Amino acid sequence: MAAALAARRAGVKDVLLLERDQHLGGVLNQCIHPGFGLHHFKQELTGPEYADRFVRLVQEDRGIEVSLRSFAVRLTGTRELSYLRPGALEEVKARAVILATGCRERTREMITIPGSRPAGVYPAGLAQKMVNMEGWIPGRQAVIVGSGDIGLIMARRLALEGVAVKAVIEIQNVSRGLVRNVVQCLEDFGIPLYFRHRVSRIHGRDRVEKVSVVQVDEELRDIPGSGFEIGCDTVLVSVGLIPENELLEMAGAEMDGRTNTPVAKEVNLTSLPGVFACGNAFKVYDLADWVTRDSELAGRTAAAYLAGAAL
Amino acid sequence: MFSDVIIIGAGVSGAAIARELSRYKLKVLLLEKEAEPAFGVSKSNSGIIHAGTQNPPSSLKGWLCVEGNRLLREELAADLGLHFVQCGQLVVIFDLADLAELEKIKKEGEELGVQGLELVDRAWLDRHEPNLGPEVKAALYAPTAGIISPYRFVYALVENAVRNGVQLKTSRKVAAIRRTEKGEFEVVAGGEVCRARFLVNAAGLFADEISAMAGAPSFTITPRKGEEYLLDRKREHLANHLIFPLPSKTSKGILIIKTSDGNPMIGPTAHDTCDKSDLSTTDEGLAEVLAGARRMMPTISPGDIIAYFAGLRPAAGKDFIIRHEDSVPGLVNVAGIQSPGLTAAPAIAVMVADILKGRGLRLEPKEQFHRLRPRPVHLFQVPLAETRQLIEKNPAYGDIVCRCELVSAQEVRDAVKRGASTLDGVKFRTRAQSGRCHGGFCTTRIMKIMQEELGFPVTAITKRGPGSELIKDERK
Repeated sequence: MAAALAARRAGVKDVLLLERDQHLGGVLNQCIHPGFGLHHFKQELTGPEYADRFVRLVQEDRGIEVSLRSFAVRLTGTRELSYLRPGALEEVKARAVILATGCRERTREMITIPGSRPAGVYPAGLAQKMVNMEGWIPGRQAVIVGSGDIGLIMARRLALEGVAVKAVIEIQNVSRGLVRNVVQCLEDFGIPLYFRHRVSRIHGRDRVEKVSVVQVDEELRDIPGSGFEIGCDTVLVSVGLIPENELLEMAGAEMDGRTNTPVAKEVNLTSLPGVFACGNAFKVYDLADWVTRDSELAGRTAAAYLAGAAL
Repeated sequence: MFSDVIIIGAGVSGAAIARELSRYKLKVLLLEKEAEPAFGVSKSNSGIIHAGTQNPPSSLKGWLCVEGNRLLREELAADLGLHFVQCGQLVVIFDLADLAELEKIKKEGEELGVQGLELVDRAWLDRHEPNLGPEVKAALYAPTAGIISPYRFVYALVENAVRNGVQLKTSRKVAAIRRTEKGEFEVVAGGEVCRARFLVNAAGLFADEISAMAGAPSFTITPRKGEEYLLDRKREHLANHLIFPLPSKTSKGILIIKTSDGNPMIGPTAHDTCDKSDLSTTDEGLAEVLAGARRMMPTISPGDIIAYFAGLRPAAGKDFIIRHEDSVPGLVNVAGIQSPGLTAAPAIAVMVADILKGRGLRLEPKEQFHRLRPRPVHLFQVPLAETRQLIEKNPAYGDIVCRCELVSAQEVRDAVKRGASTLDGVKFRTRAQSGRCHGGFCTTRIMKIMQEELGFPVTAITKRGPGSELIKDERK
């Protein structure tokens, strides 16, 4: 939305905004905690409030056509785009394309936690969606793997719902999340955070029953004899985000295979002329405010490209 | 209730037998202990339709595999609307001194009737399989091998069997088997007593226990665990064929497996275990699989892995056990069906029907046997032009639920209508949740569709049956 609005302000006449979900705002809608907007609006907002500021502006703008539940299935290097929506397969050719596709969560599978595969292991963001969007409480005793922001936020969120959050397990010796989240989400709730530990096994046939935890040394090797077990019925995995750039890859853009982001000489650019990437799809930011700042830049850059500027 | 035949186990063997018997005027009951068919051994099958090489010529496995491959290619794939891809297989060697071994496999295969076997050199491999590593020197090419989705194969067989009158009952764990004075079987399963003249035991890992319960403790199942690692769909074109190393004594080795869904797979390991519920993966297994696969294709990296799982092969010695137990008249055991069981299943089914006939079961063909089963729609299998037509007919095909694997709301709904009652059941039928995000984005949407279709509360939705509930409480 920030890119669309900025592109309009910079003189672009006609913007099509495709959103795969049934509402604008993406993952902000499930982030019901405060902490958004301190930089951009100089005001502390929740995720849905932050999104709503942009939704209102988008809806007022006649030059932005919003298409919800619209899923892009094909993008070419010459900016031909096909998308599905209920009732139609649409094809458009754009003069410029901005990808603001965000991130997906790294999964249990990507950090290879051995053990069985029972119910009760969720990416932290999925658990957040269950609790905040649907009112579904996934479990009663939880262990959180990784101290990313979503995991920390969910530790507090589950604690507020009466779930016993037994521990947060972090393999590094510092949190991956913001300091304020460690303080406000763990320390204020008395939730233990184990640095230099890893979950070495998940137990349980049908539903999670317990996890094995082991301490690791500086080279992340298990320290013999340091293992212990924690009983729980739920494991949330919060081990980072990966930009969702499968469309960009399909279009033939040069990609950095390690980070799944476009190879670019400057922020928001890709190797394809007229194709831009912004926000968490370009790189993983820690604050939504920085996503907005750089996405607005992407909107202006696309406008400049359309006006014939050399990039 | 009384049946002519009770089949215990709705894995690929039981399902194929049920479908075969459904041609005849018989009352057939198919019992499954899990919440859905294919949830036992079959769900972790690699999906390889073997050509029929690498089996001893004198074994049951040998001819059943070749015949099963033929039946599948020539009849079942089309009749049941299966997505069978005949990609062919390569058995590669790292040392030209092993050429004699390949020659032996070729000769044994030809004796069994495997068609088109050919020894190929490095130049051929460079043209047809460019990602092979430098260590590979030559290979045996078997063009009749292919790939299929193992669970969708089972679902197709079961659906078609049910269409033809077979009764399926799931969540029916057999607790006891008795004989009446008239010599009939009484099977107590899920609190219900079912009677039949004939009993077919296709209980996979538990076939030894079922056989013993029926009065024939004549063999033991030793589970042999295999860990498999699934790669991202982006690596779909990594390999053009199924790639095997020379087989060892206990297994066919670590393979590079094309799958009919696109994601290549590497594995499986082969380690005996004594625990029939041990489906855990291990750090050692991962290391073994990676080393084996990378020797054949060095560009495979740990970062390509998006999922992993383990399966248990129900081994009962080296060969299949498919026989009437003379000590328990009417009992037919179908046990030890490890690799190449998926391939052999259609042929096993015909063999079992024959055994039953030999024991006095009348096989009178039905006036109308519904041979065909309509192919379910999978957007990921069709080109965009066809997707457009589908959406025009039914808008819900344009409502995408699973972004990684391109699965629409309509496909999820169809899966539930066709019998999926668990999240895994939806996953196996549609692929939704099986991609790189692992259901992070689509799980809640799928659960809501299941709630709508099945009409039960979210706290009753399970991953794979009772005990695996996903949500503990619903906030009021």
